[in-house]
Amino acid sequence: MEENKRLVKVPTMAEMAANGEEPEILFWVGCAGSFDDRYKRVTRAFVQILEHIGIKYAVLGTEESCTGEPAKRAGNEFLFQMQAITNIEVMNAYNVKKIVTACPHCFNTIKNEYPDLGGNYEVIHHSTYLQQLINEGKVRLQGGGDFKGRRITYHDSCYLGRANDIYEAPRDVLAALDADLVEMKRIRANGLCCGAGGAQMFKEPEPGRKDINVERTEEALATLGQQGDSVIATACPFCMVMMTDGVKNKEQEENVKVFDIAELIAQAEGLSR
Amino acid sequence: MIKLENIIFLIVAAAGIGLFIWQIRKIRKNVLMGRDLDITDNPSERVKKTLLVAFGQQKMFKRMLPAVLHLFVYVGFLVINVEVIEILIDGISGSHRVLGFLGPVYNALMFINEILAALVIVACAIFLWRRNIIKVPRLSRGVEMRAWPKVDANTILIIEIVLMFALFAFNIAGLKLAELEGVAAVGRYPVSSLFVNLFGNNPETLHTIERAGWWFHIIGILAFMNYLPSSKHFHIIMAFPNVYYSKLLPKGKFTTNPAITHEIKAMLDPSYQPPTPKTDAEGNPVIERFGAKDVEDLTWKQLMDSYTCTECGRCTAVCPANVTGKLLSPRKIVMDTRDRLEEKGERPAIFAPNHYKELGVERVHVTEENTLLRGYITPEELWACTTCNACVEACPVGIDQLSTIMDLRRFLVLEESAAPASLNTMFTNIENNGAPWAFSPADRFNWSEELYVPNKN
Repeated sequence: MEENKRLVKVPTMAEMAANGEEPEILFWVGCAGSFDDRYKRVTRAFVQILEHIGIKYAVLGTEESCTGEPAKRAGNEFLFQMQAITNIEVMNAYNVKKIVTACPHCFNTIKNEYPDLGGNYEVIHHSTYLQQLINEGKVRLQGGGDFKGRRITYHDSCYLGRANDIYEAPRDVLAALDADLVEMKRIRANGLCCGAGGAQMFKEPEPGRKDINVERTEEALATLGQQGDSVIATACPFCMVMMTDGVKNKEQEENVKVFDIAELIAQAEGLSR
Repeated sequence: MIKLENIIFLIVAAAGIGLFIWQIRKIRKNVLMGRDLDITDNPSERVKKTLLVAFGQQKMFKRMLPAVLHLFVYVGFLVINVEVIEILIDGISGSHRVLGFLGPVYNALMFINEILAALVIVACAIFLWRRNIIKVPRLSRGVEMRAWPKVDANTILIIEIVLMFALFAFNIAGLKLAELEGVAAVGRYPVSSLFVNLFGNNPETLHTIERAGWWFHIIGILAFMNYLPSSKHFHIIMAFPNVYYSKLLPKGKFTTNPAITHEIKAMLDPSYQPPTPKTDAEGNPVIERFGAKDVEDLTWKQLMDSYTCTECGRCTAVCPANVTGKLLSPRKIVMDTRDRLEEKGERPAIFAPNHYKELGVERVHVTEENTLLRGYITPEELWACTTCNACVEACPVGIDQLSTIMDLRRFLVLEESAAPASLNTMFTNIENNGAPWAFSPADRFNWSEELYVPNKN
């Protein structure tokens, strides 16, 4: 088994440019995808999918820097624009046209807020991208793989959902798993935030009755029921942290796992075992 | 034939309408205290949205029961207004049911009117019950929902019920009079005909009741109109322009401050020429605050939002911070903006702001500062926001609560450097490491090490 795999060398924009090449897509990894131990696994799963389908992609590597999103939501417009303008200079120098990212916060910022500052790109969230791959038959998921019949509930990310009206793509991706998909009460446009947006990720919550992620996790657990071996699916690094913490808080780690949709696809496709 | 009654009516109506215009001008002045903002784009899309969300009540239907009840009152208001126009014409010219010449159309109109008027009474009674007996949480909870907002909501419902009863009294008496005179009544009255004998059969009494009902209804409407600018009920007017001017862009797109862009570009490139700043009447450059500290730092749309708010609490009921017991209530942000705006600017007939300091021991720790920020809205509320847009999505009348929260936050950070310590750490990390956490930028690409994929067979 060991031999039937190959080492991936993730291409960078700098290398491509040095060879006079341009990738079809830039994969914007984001800070969580680069540094957060849990979300690095999502980044790796997504790269495995990119490698599997054989698309010409590249990353910025160490040239990537925070989009400035958390600074902007926290009210630090100055720092946000500093980051944005610097990133835009880098990407424009590489003539970047199309960006895919696994972070809804990066996605929203680059797609909606960079154009005002001179950064005009086609920006796709990885949920939409995965949906396209499935629709085009590039990812086949024969028989649904590992997740066939398992109970999965999808937690809407605010910056994907309400912020950008993307509700179907992640659900379509999950539908391809042939799993037992169940919906929470507050979904889509009425979805409840995980509690991490607006830079809450980086601070303690204000005093209250309960933490927001606990409220949301309780709803997810009630939806999933007691059968165990079920999954909360997310499509955002912050949601993933919050839901994972929520499941821990409720001491349900044994019964409920939190996965990003890219991990589910990579696993079901047999790419990451 | 013009009688003294008609002249009195004319004076009363002119006074009522005049007073209303006077109040509207004050509110217009208040709204225009806000910063300039050009919203002239996409008129056809805006009209469509107005038809759907304002006329069509689209967002109301996220909650079925109140939506249906509200629809009765809303349609009742629109249709019964046709009869009000008739009342005005009758009052001025001394005619009686001047639109009666419409024949079958008039019959149908009066028929629908009576059904709607009855439904309005039922709906308002249920609304009163929801507010005062079962106390629906979103309508009764929250520091912002006391004193004036409570009185106001109940006042409106009671006035609406009384107005409908006046209309019925007028119709019943008119119907009985026609019956006594042996003439066919103009119009069809399915509800009033059930109570046709309610007031006996003394023509003189009936005539008095008919006139009293008529006068009460019309004076009631004029008074109600003048009550609107002091009330949440002002939404019946403001909902339309407010939805028209609401944001069409993706909700995730927050505003970008071009003044900051120029500053950064000049910093990065010394040859960059920023545009000449705006100047005031004396030719001095206008230095605009970053973010908002007080009402004049908000845009006119944000101030218009505050006059559109109907205090329904749908925003607060879906706010993740609020539902988990934090202090933040998006409705309070909007109501505070209106209170502060009227404190600073012009005042309508009734001015009764929520002063949290006067309410005794409260969790809202406002200070003596005479500004929207801290005087009404505290940093604790602002920092609890997750910017999830649930409030904006929930609002049936196109209010953008989040934009106001963001502008107040921006002032705290950009002008006062008053962010919570942990956020300042995050800022420093981004500045130094290009990531919100304290990781070395050199390690950013480490995730790619030792990554394998299966070979394709």
